[in-house]
Amino acid sequence: MQPTHSSKRILQGVRNWFILASLLGALLLDLIPVGRLPGWPDWVALVLAFWCVRERFKVGMAAGFLLGIVMDVADASVMGEHALAYVLLAYGAGWLSRRILWFPLSRQALHILPLMLGTQAVTTGVRMIGGGDFPGWTYFLASVSTAVLWIPIHYLLLLPQYRPAEKDENRPI
Amino acid sequence: MTVAGRDPPPFFRRGPAPFARLAFFVIVSLALLGLDLRQRYLEPLRQALTVVTYPLRTLALAPVQALREAGGYLAAHGTLRRENARLAEQTVRAAATLLRHEQLELENRQLRSLLAMRDRQPAKGVVAEVLYATRDAYSRKVVIDKGTRQAVRAGQVVIDDLGVIGQVTRAFPLTAEVTLITDREQAVPVQVRRNALRAVLFGAGDGLLELRYLAGNADVREGDELVTSGLDGIYLPGLAVGRVARLAREGTGAFARIFATPIAGVERDALVLVLGERVLPAAPPRDAVTPREQRPARARAGKK
Repeated sequence: MQPTHSSKRILQGVRNWFILASLLGALLLDLIPVGRLPGWPDWVALVLAFWCVRERFKVGMAAGFLLGIVMDVADASVMGEHALAYVLLAYGAGWLSRRILWFPLSRQALHILPLMLGTQAVTTGVRMIGGGDFPGWTYFLASVSTAVLWIPIHYLLLLPQYRPAEKDENRPI
Repeated sequence: MTVAGRDPPPFFRRGPAPFARLAFFVIVSLALLGLDLRQRYLEPLRQALTVVTYPLRTLALAPVQALREAGGYLAAHGTLRRENARLAEQTVRAAATLLRHEQLELENRQLRSLLAMRDRQPAKGVVAEVLYATRDAYSRKVVIDKGTRQAVRAGQVVIDDLGVIGQVTRAFPLTAEVTLITDREQAVPVQVRRNALRAVLFGAGDGLLELRYLAGNADVREGDELVTSGLDGIYLPGLAVGRVARLAREGTGAFARIFATPIAGVERDALVLVLGERVLPAAPPRDAVTPREQRPARARAGKK
């Protein structure tokens, strides 16, 4: 697979343990109790969307559902709230995956923004129906920061796949 | 196309179609939502998952606590000395009240025994540290570091040095979730200290409280102190909760809109006290309550 479809570079295949480790790392970042900091990104949603776009036959709605349940327990929110949002996110990202990789990174991030806004809208809608408090419009800043992080996370998570196929002892890097 | 009633062998096995999978997971999520919002059947699952993810959460808590400790380490010498002086002064002042309080308690007990009334339950509890505020943006909850292993149970009242901050809504083995009084779904039965007018206090969002269901001409003034009434059988009576900040008596409505600010440091506490469960006097026998009709006595247990 290429970094983007218009690129000529062929990447190595992804390793399953790396996908698992990155999802666990994102979960750990999301569990850091930052309280009500507006604009703190949703790391799990970001990494989940990333792998749903890159490897949509390996990571999909089942992964989204499981991660969502864990987030519901950790966040002390209603069971199924994040699960529903992440399942829809995984479906949306999988659906976008044929299209989005034709674009340069900044425009990919623009594609991710409505996905993240949709995820937040789903959780907000569910909680408002359940009698929750409206968190205010600054809450949706998190979507923007998450979408912006799409660009660095692309390089970070593809780093192991950028390695050359044959190891060259004389190459400096 | 089928040949002789058989499908051709598939090249790629990919399971059910994406839309079918989406429908399945959405239905399961909605079922979970319904079960959790309406029936609360999922508490055992939540308990189990909380225990399983405990190491992960402890790991995630480490940077925050390190930051907090670093902040404490770097606190200026002058700040610490000022705080020390202030605390010493506070102790002395508290000692005077405490001495008088003991004497008053004694006197109160004597008077109560004269009146043959029941003793008021003394406040006992567990000191707990607030670990963090939950990230759930739609409710106001904090997590404390004491759980069912330290005899913290759901329903117990949590206070700080000034007044009530909330109620334990979920107790896990090592931690517990406290819903703050500023949460929209949290209700505290209170009375106005000045004239013992009873009402129910709800969270109003934005760190405010709202006194609901009071008539437009109710005798409430700005600055009135609201204390727990103890009618619910959960809160001990007489704990400070809030102070009336703003009154809006609109001409049309039958109810006044009364907003209050919490007295306790509800959203900025570090150390709190979880009060022990309140022991209620035994209900009178049924025959005595309903001598004529065979109506069942109404349960006095509180909400949540």
